[in-house]
Amino acid sequence: MGIYSCIGKNLDEVRESLYNGKSGIVFDPVRKEMGFRSALTAYLEKPDLKGVLSRNQRVYMPEQAMYAYVATAEALKNAKIDQDYLDSHVVGLMYGNDSSADPVVKAVDTMRAKKDTTLVGSGAIFQSMNSTVTMNLSCIFKLRGINLTVSGACASGSHAIGLGALLISNGLQDMVVCGGAQEVNPFSIGSFDGISAFSVRESDPTRASRPFDRDRDGLVPGGGAATVIIEEYEHAVKRGAPILAEVLSYGFSSNGDHISTPNVAGPTASLEMAIRLAGINIDEIGYINAHATSTPVGDAQEAKAIYNVFGDRRIEVTSTKSQTGHEMWMAGASEVIYSMLMMKNDFIAANINFENPDEDSAKLLIPDKRIEKKFNTFLSNSFGFGGTNATLIVRNID
Amino acid sequence: MESSELISKLNNILAQEFEVDVAKIKPEANIKETLMLNSLDAVDMIAVIEYEFGVKIPSGEYAHMKVFSQLYEYMLNALKN
Repeated sequence: MGIYSCIGKNLDEVRESLYNGKSGIVFDPVRKEMGFRSALTAYLEKPDLKGVLSRNQRVYMPEQAMYAYVATAEALKNAKIDQDYLDSHVVGLMYGNDSSADPVVKAVDTMRAKKDTTLVGSGAIFQSMNSTVTMNLSCIFKLRGINLTVSGACASGSHAIGLGALLISNGLQDMVVCGGAQEVNPFSIGSFDGISAFSVRESDPTRASRPFDRDRDGLVPGGGAATVIIEEYEHAVKRGAPILAEVLSYGFSSNGDHISTPNVAGPTASLEMAIRLAGINIDEIGYINAHATSTPVGDAQEAKAIYNVFGDRRIEVTSTKSQTGHEMWMAGASEVIYSMLMMKNDFIAANINFENPDEDSAKLLIPDKRIEKKFNTFLSNSFGFGGTNATLIVRNID
Repeated sequence: MESSELISKLNNILAQEFEVDVAKIKPEANIKETLMLNSLDAVDMIAVIEYEFGVKIPSGEYAHMKVFSQLYEYMLNALKN
């Protein structure tokens, strides 16, 4: 695993932040000057890759590809995979990403101002495409297996991991680098702000993202990148890989309903499919990482779906978006890593800012403080615009 | 602009943009090899020159330039006119 997020630039930092309930949310005055309704955002520095990658490699990378590079380099190192290994084995790449607005806007601005497409530069086309992350990572790491971007809105990262696992279980790949990446800049989410999706609790940034809380008033945009290396079990054993966990199942569904308003039936179907395919007793699931983004409708519908499936079992449910904001295309992958860090370190991070439940969240067990708990299986939900749903169930391997 | 001033400024800009040692940029040095340009990066050289000097090098002209002295000559002529 590897990660570059607003609560840490590597796994150790992120584990500490999760443990301590640290928020990565700030107020960005630039957005206010740009006319944003909400200037709240996750904050993360752009990695300095000069000296790490050549100019010829960096020029094609938008920010989310840089985040993905750092996360992937960490993941490969932790999985004990070096360049010699990548050069001598067929390794796939399947990453979630669903926008690259910043380079598009800058290129269009240049074309309009200068009336000369040459001045856009050589990197713009590669930075602007939705598949920018996979095209960059596959060339940098010399990957020769599947090379595909998964665009499934805010479930992109989950779908990438799920589809990667399917490729492996079908014998089509031995190893796939999976993940999700999300750009963090005003242009990428300006139109999202325009539909009043964001919290306006600007006077109190770290308390703005409050999934499941009665007084939530919208999401806070976040981003970065998260990478997991998934591998066929016997293959991993044979090469002496440090095996962390097993992807037990991948459930998915589509709401077939409204483009932005989620329903209950779609997420319920995704949850049920994942549990059925995992082949486990539902009571084995010790933690649920919810999609819950801090929007009034979305959190309520997910709470209903979880209650539909789990009833009164009272399994701990939290949304790590309370600390990170909504990492969108990255979220499905990052939240698997957040859950993994909790599972490996025997705790469940607090759903910070959960002060008062509403009618639906009151039926769930949502810890507002960190709890120390050993669990061996977790379920992670990711839902997206257009009604795309994904659920992953992961089991610990000691 | 004096030719020595132009050459020095141009060399420094190209060295910075393409991250090469400015001492390697000499009149007789090959442009592509020195700046490690592939077919795509050539666009960036044309763009950076246009941004910095307001001189547009048509791709047909660039195709004939092998060494820096040819680039200097083109730039000096363009800035004279």
